[in-house]
Amino acid sequence: MTADQWVTFIAAIAGGALRVGAPFLFVSLGECITEKSGRINLGLEGVLVLSAMASFGASYLSGSAWVGALAGAATGALLASLHGALCSLPRVNDVATGIALMLFGTGLAFYLGKPLIQPQAPQLPAIALGNWSDSAAVRSALQVNVLVPIGLLLALALTWAFANTRAGLLVRMAGDSANATRALGYSVSAIRIAATTAGGLVAGLGGASLTLFYPGSWNEGISSGQGLIAVALVIFARWSPLRCVGAALMFGGAGAIGPALQSIGIGWGYHLFNVVPYVLTLLILVATCRPGSVIAGSPGELSSRQ
Amino acid sequence: MRHNLANVLLPAAAIAAALLVFGVFVAFAGANPVEVWLLLFKGAFGDAYSWQNTLQRAAPLMLTALCVAIPARAGLVVIGGEGALVLGGLACAAMAQALPLPGNIAGTVVVCMAGAAAGALWIALAGALRQYRGINETISSLLLAYVAIGIFKHLVEGPLRDPASLNKPSTHSLQPGLLIGGIAGSDVHWGFVLGAVACLLAAVWLRWTPSGFSVRVVGGNLRAAQLVGLPASRLVLLACALGGAAAGLAGAVEVAAVHTSANASLVAGYGYAGILVAFIARHEPLAVIPVAILFGGFGAAGSLLQRRLGLPDASVLVLQGIAFVLILASEALRDVDWQAQWTRLVQPARPAPAVGPSQREREQLLESEQALS
Repeated sequence: MTADQWVTFIAAIAGGALRVGAPFLFVSLGECITEKSGRINLGLEGVLVLSAMASFGASYLSGSAWVGALAGAATGALLASLHGALCSLPRVNDVATGIALMLFGTGLAFYLGKPLIQPQAPQLPAIALGNWSDSAAVRSALQVNVLVPIGLLLALALTWAFANTRAGLLVRMAGDSANATRALGYSVSAIRIAATTAGGLVAGLGGASLTLFYPGSWNEGISSGQGLIAVALVIFARWSPLRCVGAALMFGGAGAIGPALQSIGIGWGYHLFNVVPYVLTLLILVATCRPGSVIAGSPGELSSRQ
Repeated sequence: MRHNLANVLLPAAAIAAALLVFGVFVAFAGANPVEVWLLLFKGAFGDAYSWQNTLQRAAPLMLTALCVAIPARAGLVVIGGEGALVLGGLACAAMAQALPLPGNIAGTVVVCMAGAAAGALWIALAGALRQYRGINETISSLLLAYVAIGIFKHLVEGPLRDPASLNKPSTHSLQPGLLIGGIAGSDVHWGFVLGAVACLLAAVWLRWTPSGFSVRVVGGNLRAAQLVGLPASRLVLLACALGGAAAGLAGAVEVAAVHTSANASLVAGYGYAGILVAFIARHEPLAVIPVAILFGGFGAAGSLLQRRLGLPDASVLVLQGIAFVLILASEALRDVDWQAQWTRLVQPARPAPAVGPSQREREQLLESEQALS
């Protein structure tokens, strides 16, 4: 590779980290809120796909990408609240419900999204970070989704809120000890439903950044497990919103390797490079998990059988 | 007895409710619900042709459902059956390409075994990651499924590609002698029998053999299993390998009976539908057979809904999703004491009947008797 190609390649990876990482960022923040309250929501994969479709549809119909992003967040909150409510029923397991909502959300999105495959919808504006370079390839690679700064602010706000606000402490208490929560007179179910719904709202923005920025169109292969990677990513980030940011960017970078190689004309092994994020997730889980021990920072009630 | 009744009635009620909700759902799309229900039935079980279509789809569903059901009996939630299926199909096609196999039943057995072995290794890997590294098997098995699909696409579009397949990259077709044919000239292939036999064998194994029993003990109470000295990790790996073998076999059968070569049509979501089938069957291999036929039928009816009413082909996915959500929600009704609810409903005003004389009353009675004598 020539020097020029290297610059393009590295810019493509850095830009890709911000671009591909955006959905990871939002879904992992959403999952972080949910898991802090003591529940796992595997259904965020379904939330991501359904909200991606809803954002695109709303943007297409209203002509405003911001309306689309709001619609995505609202749809995500709605589907996640279904998860929260179902899991509050007796004998209903949160992991199984998550799988069910994953299938339901994707099915519903494919059903309602059929007429949206062809048209173009207004896109979210981009922030240009590549103006220092003369190379057009670098400039186009460093166009950053306007939702990314919002996500970064959100991560900071969540970190602060979990430590300093009443709501944040309540969520953490519900996640660490359901009995303590009951003893203080709060409803564990209500807190968890609220946290799951808030998680879906944030994850819905991830769906919006999929269809309204990158790749910027709706099709049935729009998400291939990003929602699930995000669940694994929260474990890796040890339930800290700030560490979620780093993890999401790293995964975005890993996911950008395939397209980055293609952008400099290397087409070999495209599908193999596309599985790098999944392999990376597995390797990170291998490195961080230990049998029979709980990871530091893990909410005490996580997926405990009631 | 009451338990068994609930096991049948609750899922049946949930599926009925799912059909009802689905009817309301399609009504929003302007379709007549009654017509949709009739078409669902006709497309699934209406005539000989639809029965053939239904049973053809039920074959892989039974096998992928086993990939969820068997590990579930050992206490694991494995949802990566799609990956095992895809690799099974790939191994089947690659084996037929790599070795000069005899074009008869022996060759077919070899390619099917190759598929089963590939699937078994893949799901056993998820089991090993859980047992030896403590990684959640639900997440790892699904991540492995995406890895498997990536490997599949790479090999089918690269090294294993038949140069003659232009628009749709495929491996070389299996030689005709290796293909699995239809039963008595119908479209229903022997893979259906294979799936049903696999379900029967799994049921017998879990119910009647020591190793199957041990797997259930591990799944039911890990602590108890360890106290009596059962090799829990080995049993979990065995359950995962058997489940994976079933899903891998499903892939091999799909290649050898339906597609004749490994190509993108193999990635059709049977692995995910199998999760639903296993959950409805409550991870009971015998119950998997009828549930797989039912959902194979819904799948078969999907194309009829698309052609007659213009509903999107994803409408079957919506029906599956609604059914899955309601099946899980129906578990909440299991502990309800229906008799007590009924009595309360029918006789709301009547005071609770006295159980019998209380201790105090008995003492008073005794005293009065003594006083009398």
